[in-house]
Formats: sequence, C-alpha cells, structure tokens
Amino acid sequence: MAFSIDEVKKIADLARIDFSEAEMEQMSKELDAIVHYVEQLRSVDTEGIEPIAQVTGLVNVVRQDEEKQMFTTQETLSNAPQANEVAFLVPKAVER
Amino acid sequence: MSQIASCPLASDIVKQVQEGADPSQFVDEALQRAKDDENNAIIRIYEESAQAALANVKERIGNGDQLPLAGVPLLIKDNLCYKDHLTTSCSKILEGFVAPYTATAVQKLIDAGAIVIGHTNMDEFAMGSSNETSVNGNVKNPHDPERIPGGSSGGSAASAASGIVPLALGSDTGGSIRQPASLCGCVGFKPTYGHVSRYGLMAFASSLDQIGPFSQSVSDAALCTDVMSGHDPLDSSSSSQQHDATFEAVLAANPDVLKGKKIGYIAEHQDQLTGDIASTFDRCKQLVQEAGAELVPVSLPHEKYAVAVYYIIATGEASSNLSRYDGIHYGFRDDEFEDLTDIYYKTRGEGFGAEVKRRIMLGTYVLSHGYYDAYYKQAMRVRKLMCNDFEAAFKQCDVIMDLVSPSTAFKHGERMDDPIQMYLSDIFTIAANLAGIPAISVPGGKDSSGLPIGIHFQSPQWSEKSLLSTAAACEQLFQA
Repeated sequence: MAFSIDEVKKIADLARIDFSEAEMEQMSKELDAIVHYVEQLRSVDTEGIEPIAQVTGLVNVVRQDEEKQMFTTQETLSNAPQANEVAFLVPKAVER
Repeated sequence: MSQIASCPLASDIVKQVQEGADPSQFVDEALQRAKDDENNAIIRIYEESAQAALANVKERIGNGDQLPLAGVPLLIKDNLCYKDHLTTSCSKILEGFVAPYTATAVQKLIDAGAIVIGHTNMDEFAMGSSNETSVNGNVKNPHDPERIPGGSSGGSAASAASGIVPLALGSDTGGSIRQPASLCGCVGFKPTYGHVSRYGLMAFASSLDQIGPFSQSVSDAALCTDVMSGHDPLDSSSSSQQHDATFEAVLAANPDVLKGKKIGYIAEHQDQLTGDIASTFDRCKQLVQEAGAELVPVSLPHEKYAVAVYYIIATGEASSNLSRYDGIHYGFRDDEFEDLTDIYYKTRGEGFGAEVKRRIMLGTYVLSHGYYDAYYKQAMRVRKLMCNDFEAAFKQCDVIMDLVSPSTAFKHGERMDDPIQMYLSDIFTIAANLAGIPAISVPGGKDSSGLPIGIHFQSPQWSEKSLLSTAAACEQLFQA
C-alpha cells in the first residue's frame, strides 16, 4: 500500500498542519514505512476478543456535579497569544 | 572527566534533617551541581523559588511537622506543570507557557518537603527514545557525551545518574522512564497505571501515561512513589483503592527476600540477546538463582506485536490530545496568517517538531474513517491478548526479570533517520504500559565500553510492594 502525497494532504487537513512540499514528500515515505510495519497486526487472530482501552478495570467514573472555582478568568487567559479582559481573541471567523 | 558522582540518598537527607541538620546545605549543593551540569540535562534552574520553598520547609520543621521528604532536592520533567514556572514539554508550540497550577504528583512531593530546583530536558511531548527531539537540544549520556541518554525522560535520567539530585520525576508512556534509566545507569520506576495522578502531566497517550521517579536506589523510588500515589479527584483514572506503603519493606529488603520467589524470564527474548547484554543477563539470572529464587521460563506470545500496537494506540490518543495546541489558548502563535483556520495550520506546522508531526499524522490516519476498524480496533484487541499473556505468565511466577533495552546507549544521530529503528528501541518496555503493570529498571552491570545495562522487573498490577522489594534485593546482588 502506497501512502500517496494526496493521502498525506488529506490527513494533514484533518490534523490542521501546514507542510511544505518537501515535508509532504518525506512524510509520505515515512508513514508508508510505518503503516507497512503496523500492518502485521492484521494477521493476528483476534476472533472473539473484545477490544480494550482501559486496563485497570475502571468503568464510568462519576462524581457529584458541584460548582467549584478552579481558575480565575485572568488565570485562564494568562497564556493566550491574544486576549482581552474576558475572552480569547481570534480573527473574524464569520462573514456578515 | 567522569561525570558520574553521587549525592546523598533522599532517605539519608530526610534522616539527617529529622536529626536537626539544616536542609539548606543539601539544596544549595544540588543547585550548584545543576549549574555545573555539562550534559544539557536541565533546561531551567529555579534558584529563587527553591530558596522560598526551603524557607517554608524550615518553618514547617520548626513547627514540628514530620515531612517524609524534608529538604530533598527534586528535578521534574518539563511536561509536569509547576505553578508560575515555564512548562513547555520542550516544544516550540508551548514557548512562553507559564503553568497556572502545579501537577498533583509534584504538589504532593512539595507538601512532603521536597524542593523543586528545576525542569529537565526531554523529547518533545515525550515522543522519542533518545532525547534528540527536544527544542532545547540533545542531552548527553553522563557515561559518554557522544551517546544518547535514552528518552523521552533523558534529562531526568542523566540528572539522577550523574548525582545532581537524589530524585527526579519522569513520565513513561512506552518506556520513557525505564529505558533512559537503563542507558544512564540509575533506577527508573513506572508504577501501575493510575497509581499516580496524571493531573498536570501534559497528556501524550492517556491510557498509557504514568508518572514515576528516577533515583539512585530502589528504596528512594519507593519513598517517592509512596508520597505521590493515591486517588486524585482531578484525575478520574487514578485508583481509588488504598495501597500499602512500600518504603519500609523495600528499605529492609535483602537477598533473603528472593528465597523461594518465582522469577520468570521471557522465553521469546532469549535468542534476541547478544554479546555483553546476554552475558550480563546470564550473570543476573545466576545471582538470583544462587540467592534461592526459582527461575521459570514464561511465554508472552503476543509481545512481539507491542511496538505495532503501541504506535497505533499511542499515536491515536496523541492526535486527539495534541489538538488542544491551536495557537489560540496558550503558547506559540505563528505571526503570519490569513484567517482563523490558517492560524491552526501555520501554528501547528511551525510549532511542532518533525517527530511530533509524524505521530499526529499517523494517529489521525489510524482513527480516520475507513481505517478505524482495521487499525485501531484491531490494536485494542491485540492489547487485550497481551494483557491475557501477562495474566497467564503471572500464574507461573511472581515477577518477570528481563532486559530494559536490547542495546546499550547508541550514538547521537544513529537512529534519527529511521523512525522504525528508533521505535524498536522500546521493544522490551512497551508491553508494561499496554498492560498497565508496574515495571522498574535496576542497574545490572556494564558492557565492555563501560555503558550501563538495566535489568527490567515487571509484576502484576498493584503489586508494587513485592516488585520493589524484589528489585531492591536484586539491586544489592547485582552491585556486589
């Protein structure tokens, strides 16, 4: 299976990452090799085996829904590249 | 010049402080050693806040508080948040990020009297096995500056191994504590998944990540883990069970502990071992046998798929976790953009390094429509088979003894052009993360060039006490 440049572009769009042409070329080769490597899993017999994501046996951990102040607005915004007193600032995203 | 020194153990510092010694001397000496470090292991030293914390600890000691880590200098990996200090996961995308809170594990150590003296170097977002993907540059192995320290917690490993501090924190997703501990020659411990809260640890792969200590003795690793562990309401995956303290038992452990113990070794690995690594492992096996342990061959038939399973599950989780770095909420934003979407593309294209981008891309691919069942779901099934393998193996033995790494420290640049070769550096350590079991690296000897070889001990979930006691007994045997 070849990991084409078009495929790389499609994935890069999903991941919202800008790549140069040279990087795309490189990425296509590397991902091709890695995907080829992980293909070996297809041959493992997993008939009747349930997929597992949590290994210590926890299920649906719930807690009381209580109001609690973790951070002030100012703390929350303190690392933003652009913010005013109350909000993160971004370029206009919706045209009138 | 040898870059390996030793500093007092954490437990010795605590004892001396409890007997009236001034904790300042231990912290000042550690700060000086951190400044003199030649391995690029430490990226920021916190002299001012360390002195303030010290004053606070002294006051508490004056008030009669019994602090289990009084005056112990501590270094933490750069992916652990420390309030009011830069915390960047050694990534450009977190340039300038000042943590607004402290990670629970770090806070518990501070509350116990430990003094944070700095942040250590690491692979960007903990993605790497050689500490060569950091925006802060490579870390040198304290045994040979031309060689890598291992990764991703390379800076913490090099700091503990070179005697800068008795305790350093790392995180382990596929071997990122144990592999660098092995290659640098110190102790590195990954507890059971959920034993230590992950709150404040920058997430890489949430079903695998676990915080753990580097130290110069197994007993110090036990002491540190006892303090850090326990349920945290801020991490719902942290265990709510009560766990026994391990330190006293581990401190008292001697080779007699091994009498009648069943120590497993992985049958499938034996023909993969060559040269000095094979002979070191044979020596270690002989030593535990002479101490009265029974050696049992065990089989982990699906472990050979660990790297493949890991690079699907870990990258899938990472692609989701790292979507938060968007150039809007925190950290770096590329200056040139046309619109909102363009901010995402440019910031992430410019802010992430090559390895991180490779893993986000792979993770996005395996989770994408049409591939999810073939890759991700199948990987989760094989993960289950691997858990079953361990379960069967632990019916035959108490602890599995193995090697941490198939090689000793390699040279800088040697594997950077071949991602798969690099990924295979973790071939012996990944299974423990996938199964959530505790695992530790203990120095087992050196190869003919004087490079350290770590011995790997793994045991069932929540059997920390038995694992660490066995490891401490073996530590004494291997050092003799």
